[in-house]
Amino acid sequence: MRRFASVAWGVGWRSIHNAFSNPAILLPSLLFPLFFLAAFAGGLSAIGDVPSFDYDPGYTAFQYVFVFLQSAAFGGVFTGFGIARDFENGFARRLMLAAPSRSGIIAGYAIGALTRWLFTGAVVTAAALLGGMDVPGRGADLFGLLVLGMLMNVCAILWACGVAMRLRTEQAGSLIQMPVFLILFLAPVYVPIELLKGWVEAAASINPATPVVEAGRGLLAGAPEKVGLALGVLVAAAVLMAVWARTGLRRAERAGA
Amino acid sequence: MATEAVATGHPAVGDQVYVLARRALFRVLRQPAQIIFPFVFPLLLFAVNAAGLDAATQLPGFPADDYRDFALAVPFMQGALFIAINAGTDLARDIETGFLNRLRLTPMHAPALLAGQLGGVIAVGVMQAIAYVIVGLAVGVGFQSGPLGIVVLLALSMLISFAFAAIGAFLALKFGSGEAVQGFFPLLFVMVFLSSSSLPRNLLETDWFRTVATYNPVSYLIEGIRSLIITGWDAEALALGFGVGAAMLAIALVAASAALRTRVGRG
Repeated sequence: MRRFASVAWGVGWRSIHNAFSNPAILLPSLLFPLFFLAAFAGGLSAIGDVPSFDYDPGYTAFQYVFVFLQSAAFGGVFTGFGIARDFENGFARRLMLAAPSRSGIIAGYAIGALTRWLFTGAVVTAAALLGGMDVPGRGADLFGLLVLGMLMNVCAILWACGVAMRLRTEQAGSLIQMPVFLILFLAPVYVPIELLKGWVEAAASINPATPVVEAGRGLLAGAPEKVGLALGVLVAAAVLMAVWARTGLRRAERAGA
Repeated sequence: MATEAVATGHPAVGDQVYVLARRALFRVLRQPAQIIFPFVFPLLLFAVNAAGLDAATQLPGFPADDYRDFALAVPFMQGALFIAINAGTDLARDIETGFLNRLRLTPMHAPALLAGQLGGVIAVGVMQAIAYVIVGLAVGVGFQSGPLGIVVLLALSMLISFAFAAIGAFLALKFGSGEAVQGFFPLLFVMVFLSSSSLPRNLLETDWFRTVATYNPVSYLIEGIRSLIITGWDAEALALGFGVGAAMLAIALVAASAALRTRVGRG
């Protein structure tokens, strides 16, 4: 256990240090959510005037929740790019030789991803509040939203870990990113699911990200709904992704990487 | 062209452009990622956004009954972004591998180099545009301007592709690295979003966003294409679309030519 913790702390600290000391790594993960918040909440604010658009806190808050959760997911994805880079430049090989507990490597990357996202999430939240977002939810509700974000981040980094450790090349970036992008954008991004029609409504109704987004919006509005379902989906996904990441690590070990 | 070649002993400019354009085209065709992603990603976004934002047609004053008609213009712009990055990345690779330096040792005319590089990528842009039109027709998008309007749309799309390819070439010649070119992709992507891509400018409620969209040249490019789909023949929108596209192309070509002169002057 001590060896696991020391490896996790070492890898996590390195990941955090690399991210915060290198603007080229930190800025994209910070700017993209801010940009999406501006583009969606600013550019699409008229959607809030659509008849039967029913979300009391308003369209900015509606989009904020999606962007908040999206930033959590992409925080994991961006860290995954770093893992792929570590394999490509040989650092991961040296790390696996030196680490007394290789599972700690995955935990370390997850700690790095979560820390980066907490910073990003705080910045996005501050931006939304400065933009006049209404927040009817109370402390417990907002904490619930934070927990959803953290679980989303963990699922994404474990997914990214598994892919990066299997492919061990920076070209894995698209494969890491695309499924996450698709899952997020096939959820009710722009309007509630009740206002969707056609194939996208069908996709959103079976998309596991949909209850997560809806639960987040309900928590922010102070009217929690589907929170149990959302947490169940995320915990199940985290368990699956943990297996995915661990088996990916085993493949990397066997490949001698 | 053959006479010129005989007179000078050097290949004519047209021949030089042809050879380089052919090389550029086949280089793109040999890289599936440079074809598939620019085709698939814009259409994927079109499918998702068109379905997800269909409720916007209920807004008073929305100019179309079906959001797909409104949204089809956007893939042409997103495709142009990929054109820019691909053109820039390929040219940057030629710089990094020393191919450009070796070309300097030949009687190659510098403008032919630029034209050839851009020509190949633009050919892909044309194929992209045709694909978007076909997909639009297949999902029931009605082109109010008719068959002639589709031809004009393809012409405008080609102009836009040419302009963005020139921007990509400028970035490559200025910075000399593929990584630097790709670093500009998010900026170009942002320009598409901060425009009238999702809603018409008169329905943008947020003041700062509407101001940015009004000054963003991408808005006029999108609106020019969109007018051929949802309006028919809108002289003002077309004039602005072609005008802005031509201006962007002219500025980008001048900048790229200047950067090329600097680049080939270096050791």
